Amino acid sequence: MITEAVQERENYLNASHGIKSWLLTKDHKRIALLYLHTITFFFFLGGIFATLIRLQLLTPKGGLVSADTYSKLFTLHGVIMIFFFLIPSIPATLGNFFLPMMIGARDLAFPRINLLSWYLLVIGGCFAMYAMLAGGVDTGWTFYVPYSSNYSNTYVIATGLGIFIAGFSSILTGLNFIVTVHRMRAPGMTWFRLPLFVWSNYATALIQVLGTPVIAITLVLLICERTLHIGIFDPARGGDPVLFQHLFWFYSHPAVYIMVLPGLGVISELVSVFSKKPVFGYKVVAFSSVAIAVLGFLVWGHHMFVSGQSVYAALVFSFLSYFVAIPSAIKVFNWTATLHGGSISYATPMLYAFGFIGLFTVGGLTGLFVACLGVDVHVHDTYFVIAHFHYIMVGGTIMAYLGGLHYWWPKMSGRMYPEGWAKLSALIIYLGFNLTFFPQFILGYLGMPRRYWTYPDEFQVLHVMSTAGASVLAVGYLMPLIYFMWSLRYGPIAGPNPWGATGLEWRTASPPPAHNFEETPVVTTDAYDYAALAAMEEAKVG
Amino acid sequence: MDSHVEAPELQEQFETPAQQKEVSTLGMWIFLVTEIMFFGGLFMAYSVYRRAFATVFGMASNTLDVWLGAANTAVLLCSSFTMVLAVRAAQIGSRKALIVFLILTILLGGVFLGVKAYEWNQKFEEHHVPGPSFHLEGTGAQGPAQLFFSLYFTMTGLHALHMVIGEALMLFLLWQAYTGRYTPSYYTPVDIGGLYWHFVDIVWIFLFPLLYLIARHQH
Amino acid sequence: MGSDLPLFPVQASSVAASVDHLVYFLLAVAVFFSVGIFLTIFYFAVRYRRRSESELPVASHGGMSLEILWSVIPFGLTMIMFVWGASVFFTISRPPDDAQQIYVIGKQWMWKLQHMEGQREINELHIPVGQAVKLTMTSEDVIHDFFVPAFRTKADVLPGRYTTTWFKPTRPGKYHLFCSQYCGTNHYAMIGWVYVMEPQDYQAWLSGGATGSLASSGEKLFQTFACANCHHLSGAPGRGPDLRNLYGTQVELADGAHVKFDEDYIRESILNPSAKVVKGYQPIMPTFQGLVTEENVLQLIEYIKSLTPQEARPPAGATAATSSRKSAKQ
Repeated sequence: MITEAVQERENYLNASHGIKSWLLTKDHKRIALLYLHTITFFFFLGGIFATLIRLQLLTPKGGLVSADTYSKLFTLHGVIMIFFFLIPSIPATLGNFFLPMMIGARDLAFPRINLLSWYLLVIGGCFAMYAMLAGGVDTGWTFYVPYSSNYSNTYVIATGLGIFIAGFSSILTGLNFIVTVHRMRAPGMTWFRLPLFVWSNYATALIQVLGTPVIAITLVLLICERTLHIGIFDPARGGDPVLFQHLFWFYSHPAVYIMVLPGLGVISELVSVFSKKPVFGYKVVAFSSVAIAVLGFLVWGHHMFVSGQSVYAALVFSFLSYFVAIPSAIKVFNWTATLHGGSISYATPMLYAFGFIGLFTVGGLTGLFVACLGVDVHVHDTYFVIAHFHYIMVGGTIMAYLGGLHYWWPKMSGRMYPEGWAKLSALIIYLGFNLTFFPQFILGYLGMPRRYWTYPDEFQVLHVMSTAGASVLAVGYLMPLIYFMWSLRYGPIAGPNPWGATGLEWRTASPPPAHNFEETPVVTTDAYDYAALAAMEEAKVG
Repeated sequence: MDSHVEAPELQEQFETPAQQKEVSTLGMWIFLVTEIMFFGGLFMAYSVYRRAFATVFGMASNTLDVWLGAANTAVLLCSSFTMVLAVRAAQIGSRKALIVFLILTILLGGVFLGVKAYEWNQKFEEHHVPGPSFHLEGTGAQGPAQLFFSLYFTMTGLHALHMVIGEALMLFLLWQAYTGRYTPSYYTPVDIGGLYWHFVDIVWIFLFPLLYLIARHQH
Repeated sequence: MGSDLPLFPVQASSVAASVDHLVYFLLAVAVFFSVGIFLTIFYFAVRYRRRSESELPVASHGGMSLEILWSVIPFGLTMIMFVWGASVFFTISRPPDDAQQIYVIGKQWMWKLQHMEGQREINELHIPVGQAVKLTMTSEDVIHDFFVPAFRTKADVLPGRYTTTWFKPTRPGKYHLFCSQYCGTNHYAMIGWVYVMEPQDYQAWLSGGATGSLASSGEKLFQTFACANCHHLSGAPGRGPDLRNLYGTQVELADGAHVKFDEDYIRESILNPSAKVVKGYQPIMPTFQGLVTEENVLQLIEYIKSLTPQEARPPAGATAATSSRKSAKQ
């Protein structure tokens, strides 16, 4: 049978067999799949914590879990979602798989370091799991001292070590991507012919490399403070607890751009291919990614407006925070302009792109609220902030991730996912998300603080809405888990380019051969040249 | 693909040995940038507290032995020099010289670590190690004094850890050199090992004045 | 107006209305752009939907003038937000000269409030309407945060130093007080009420249960600990500086640096006296760490402040929610 013949064609999945061929692989595509499994596990684990949190908050004085357990739930939810899901997510799965292919390379610059990165994430995750199983950690993912250094009786050090190790995973991925993009582009692939997904991952890699070492040393200092009482954050010994906040946020603010920039890159790809037009303002969009990376390092103090820092420092940080909003706004406008005059398909990846643009816009606009000094005094450390960052991270990054996963699924697996179910789950996710998090803006402005196990009665209606939304959202997330797995066995076979996309990754088979390309491609066209693609297809047929 | 036949060290993902060398070198430079950021956090904490507690930090700093510190600085600078000579030897294919210079670098690194251990021991005996038995004479501000030494031990400790890793790296290079692995057309590991070594040296060049020399003008 | 909308907490302070007005502006901009983008995308998605697989749109690559337009206009709007927000922030950060001082000590997991007249409250704050109040706060353990949504103010409460915030209540009533910096197991329970009362009711409340003003309690402590043995109050030279007429002024330290004689410096001098010794004096003052509680420290501070009459004090330039420790650092 023809389909069976196609199935048996050699590709990266069947090129070698056995567990060792996966655990000791150097193939960036296999490593991407190793990551895919790992982060999916962490996503659902973090999701379980979120579910328990939302269930606890259904009633004002609910006793589903104890207050101590609740503190551990929100801490672990944050730690797992941020360090073990969001930070690796797009770069380590879609980036690992497609960045080399998009630039016409055979692999990343350092394949063994790439594998090491995955092991580091897993080992770091083991430390975090140990902390969780041994009794948990209750400091909040922000680990503010003196609570985390001198008062908490939970597994702060184990968790800190887990994050430290996972941080090196992130640093090495970033290092790998930077070197790869600089030195391994195929002939003719100039910087301004690179797909925007590559630009975004490059900008992300810059942040990973420059920012992550700072949280690493901060965690080292925290561990030293906790074990050796060196006094660096202890006011009784002349130390300053606010110094911890500066060191922590110096990384953790750029970290949010690590989490969202790759998603922005995915959306550029989706908007282009599903309107069959180049992204409007390619150079501007490319530079905006780098601008976000640079400006992102200058604004960390906006997490500390009420921390006791000087008014003048607050002014500087607020001012610069408005600067970093502009490149993101530019992207949204450019994507919208791309749609104008396009040929727009409603395939699932595009639905995710639409959802992303709307939700990222809301998230970004509410960022203007928290950047605003007069307003932030009121909404800092309330549910308003929680809503703001979930709009970006969940409404933004996770939607982009799912969109990218659907888009590149046929290339990675050689199979199509079921379009009907996919559209339905995209809609469920969109509705569930908004119902979960929009009420939280209102809750926050009304004064509901973060990290509260119980709350005043008058906040219940909004909390019930939020929990209802969360249950819908959970269903929406479970559906892809099921149908993606189903598709591996029963999905229709996909050809090399089911979407009519222009990237180099679509010029090779689905799934790709182990060495990516039969011959090193030579690039002669710009990134989103659909006319050239059409001409090429015609030439082949003719 | 011919390059891969002629140069067996050439990894699959590269087109030419030149590309591989460029990639390795760029990779090491970026890694060193991450190390700058890593040490940077400590330097930042040190700067903040130095500004806040200038007098006490000065007093604490003056208990460090500036001659030993200076000697160690000279030792490290020499070791960087021997490292450069090692790279040069590899470049021109003289295996014996490469081995000699690597051994010298390792020895000088060992001297540095030995002097460091001696200094730390001195601090221990003078009760300058932060902890229950800490005491710095001449000031009531024992908290900030302890802070100085906490930073001193953390910063020199992290540096020493990097030195130890460097020594291990040098031993690895020595073994590889001994087995004749390095030729004028392939000596990249020596090159990038040298970069790492120089970096660890430069960190010390910053540590020495900041920790030892800040208040020598104070009586 | 804000008080009738169920989406906003009541406006109960002099600054609440201006914060809400700023929010209305931000909301207007946010709604404008989100609805605008949403409708535009919806319209384009329908108008330009794919009708055949072979259609190939004309590639438009961009236009600098559009890019500039949609960079400059949003930038202009954000700068308005910044300036307006900064202006409200200045108001929030600068207590007026006539603000009444109230001390707050946060500890796991309760708020202890000290009125100047001596009243102590736990988790409750009674204040009169129309009178500005400045809170000087410290923590006995971890970082807390004093948040009153109805006033639109909050400030972190730190161990080892004082931070400040202020508000002027404009409406009698009972308002939530929340700790809004996670501080451990019972963070959610570190809550209470602010009672804003009519002036006569407040006077009535004050007169019941007074234990003597903070300053008079401080005077008693000053005698108990024999501070006057070194800090002569007669003006005669002693082993310690004369503490009269110093509050709010700059004092010169042994190494030539200057520090402001404020609550932070007084507290530090009691608990860690050799840290910043005044020029011309020896570092011989013993520490009272462990011998005095944070409340005692506040009482001593108020007493020492009372040794500087109002006229002799430099005008209040310190901003609320800042640590004067920054200026105190050499």
